[in-house]
Amino acid sequence: MIEKFFFGAYPYLALAIFLIGSWVRFDHEQYSWKADSTQFLSKSGMRLASNFFHIGVLAIFFGHAAGLLTPHHVFMSLGVSDLSHQWMAILAGAVFGGLAFIGGLILWLRRMSNRRVRAAGRGRDLFILTWILLTLTLGLSTIPTSIHHASEGDAAVMIALAEWVQSMIYFRPDPSLLEGVSSVYKLHIVAALTMFLLFPFTRLVHIWSAPIGYLGRAYQIVRAKRRAV
Amino acid sequence: MKIRAQFAMVFNLDKCIGCHTCSVTCKNVWTNRKGVEYAWFNNVESKPGVGYPKQWENQKKWNGGWIVEMGRLKLRSGSRTSRLANIFLNPDLPEIDDYYEPFTFDYAKLQTAPLSEAAPTARPISQITGERMEKIHWGPNWEDDLAGEFEKRSQDANFRGIEKEIYKAFENTFHMYLPRICNHCLNPACVAACPSGSIYKREEDGIVLVDQDKCRGWRMCISSCPYKKVFYNWESGKAEKCIGCYPRVESGMPTVCSESCVGRIRSNGIMLYDADKIEAMASTANEQDIYESHLSIFLDPNDPEVIRQAREQGIPDNWIKAAQDSPIYKMAVEWRIAFPMHPEFRTLPMVWYVPPLSPVQSQIDQGRLPTTPDGCLPVSTALRMPLQYLANLLTAGKTEPVLKALNRMIAMRSYQRSIHVEGKADPRPLAAVGMTEQQAQDMYQLLAIANYEDRFVIPTSQAEQNLQDFHGFQGQNGFAFGNTGSSGANGWSLFPERRKQAVENLDSPADAAE
Repeated sequence: MIEKFFFGAYPYLALAIFLIGSWVRFDHEQYSWKADSTQFLSKSGMRLASNFFHIGVLAIFFGHAAGLLTPHHVFMSLGVSDLSHQWMAILAGAVFGGLAFIGGLILWLRRMSNRRVRAAGRGRDLFILTWILLTLTLGLSTIPTSIHHASEGDAAVMIALAEWVQSMIYFRPDPSLLEGVSSVYKLHIVAALTMFLLFPFTRLVHIWSAPIGYLGRAYQIVRAKRRAV
Repeated sequence: MKIRAQFAMVFNLDKCIGCHTCSVTCKNVWTNRKGVEYAWFNNVESKPGVGYPKQWENQKKWNGGWIVEMGRLKLRSGSRTSRLANIFLNPDLPEIDDYYEPFTFDYAKLQTAPLSEAAPTARPISQITGERMEKIHWGPNWEDDLAGEFEKRSQDANFRGIEKEIYKAFENTFHMYLPRICNHCLNPACVAACPSGSIYKREEDGIVLVDQDKCRGWRMCISSCPYKKVFYNWESGKAEKCIGCYPRVESGMPTVCSESCVGRIRSNGIMLYDADKIEAMASTANEQDIYESHLSIFLDPNDPEVIRQAREQGIPDNWIKAAQDSPIYKMAVEWRIAFPMHPEFRTLPMVWYVPPLSPVQSQIDQGRLPTTPDGCLPVSTALRMPLQYLANLLTAGKTEPVLKALNRMIAMRSYQRSIHVEGKADPRPLAAVGMTEQQAQDMYQLLAIANYEDRFVIPTSQAEQNLQDFHGFQGQNGFAFGNTGSSGANGWSLFPERRKQAVENLDSPADAAE
């Protein structure tokens, strides 16, 4: 029953709150929509930590998206076997997950130990960082199991996970796909979904505002009160 | 020709007494809030000195402002791509300690302390952590009146090319005050550096503002402003800067720093300029020529052709009139006695400075210094302050324009002295510097007498021209719960608007008729 909830309904609940919550906050509380950097209060050690963390997290996000959402037959037609897919996922996950974890841990320690940062930060800044670290830890602890599977030439778990994700995407939720999957994967999934659920209530919303448009923008911005006649 | 009007200022450093009234009024009005305790939209520095934040003029350290690379204007901090690559951590961002850790004192202790032999003391408390600070290491005006060792203040970037050791000796020391605010530049680096596009220049008066709803706190403006006049509010996570007191300026009042200046050193006025020339003039190859290029952007408000085109482009008549009476135009363009600070930053700043004269009166009294023919005023080359220092501050190191300005100021004094002391006007000093008697009288009026209505020529904003339906506008703004006063969320919204947006019909009457 509980599995049915977490792997049948919870993903929809989390993603719905993630999307609608972000939208409501953007419409109604833009003043609170910001990166909330504390670099200004203390820069030391941040260059490595912040870059490791952000690059790691972004790479992991896009890695998961590509690995789990791409239909199986696309990998096949590209000539990527299930086993090589799995080894790539393990390698990329270990490298970028490791980067994000090291960076995040330094940021977490800084947030705990630096008096200025602790005084200026809000409780939920620390909470969400802790939650991300928990999710990362769970994600990284799936690696030994995955290596074990891969070295035995068994890609079944990876395929089951991808099929489960795709069953959710196509609105045919099938929690039974995860029946044979070890609980560390399941915990990681629940933690990650919860991260999406918490997203609109934390500083994470700044991710939506990644300023890609800046690359194509003119340098100067002039706002007119009246239209030029 | 794209004619725009700019709200501009001149600070007459010759009369600044460093009383900080400007800073305090500004602070009390705009930055007495959590997160910006350390921020001074207006501050007054003692020069020579490293300033606020420390070493702000040293762009090798902060990478602020613009450079020209292969004839093209580029932010010194790099391309757009490199700024995005550094978005997770801005390597050029100053830290709070480059300004100072904001502090208060536990004043309550003075009243609550039990009876004791020694008088109780109020000890400093950090306004960030709320904890006691054992020692205050730096403050908003730590170098006031040349406080501290010469070794420290001689780190001042304006000493470049100057044999500074001789100014270490007490007899040779020199000093001036430098009040600073946001320059509301024509080519602002903060606007160009903002990844989210939240900083903008207002078309109608050129005031540069941060859209607080749109700011995402990427912090690029803070390091890119070469004057370090955009501040990070560490509480709200947003950039804040001098707003040119626009609510006052719109209703025809001077900025609060200008209004409260007891020395009457500040003038506010309008300049008309050609916006099409900004990029080319800011890209002037030789940095010593930027001052002249900057001057060439301004338009003569009395030229009938300029007036005709300005009207055609929708600049209201009271603004054209204000531009004609502009004290800024007189000092910057007609008399050439005011200069933009650090033109080499290439932002084309719009707060201009009249350089200070620094006579050594006791030496003149003893007849040890060369004087003008009147025997009382020193010649410009015999002033206490090295000319090169002023030139490094105001003209990227080119001494001639500054020397000329100082000579004109001295000639005006000499002329006025002949009238008031000798009782007979002697126009000879004026002829030597190419000034007419009328100009000298006007200059005297604006610099020495500095009447309120001469210093401040500010047209009210023409809000009615943007509105077609005044009654529709009634009741649309003002106090409300929630974000109704903000226009941050525009377009359609997840929830219906509580009430209609303010009716601001921006169509021209011709379009509306169609």
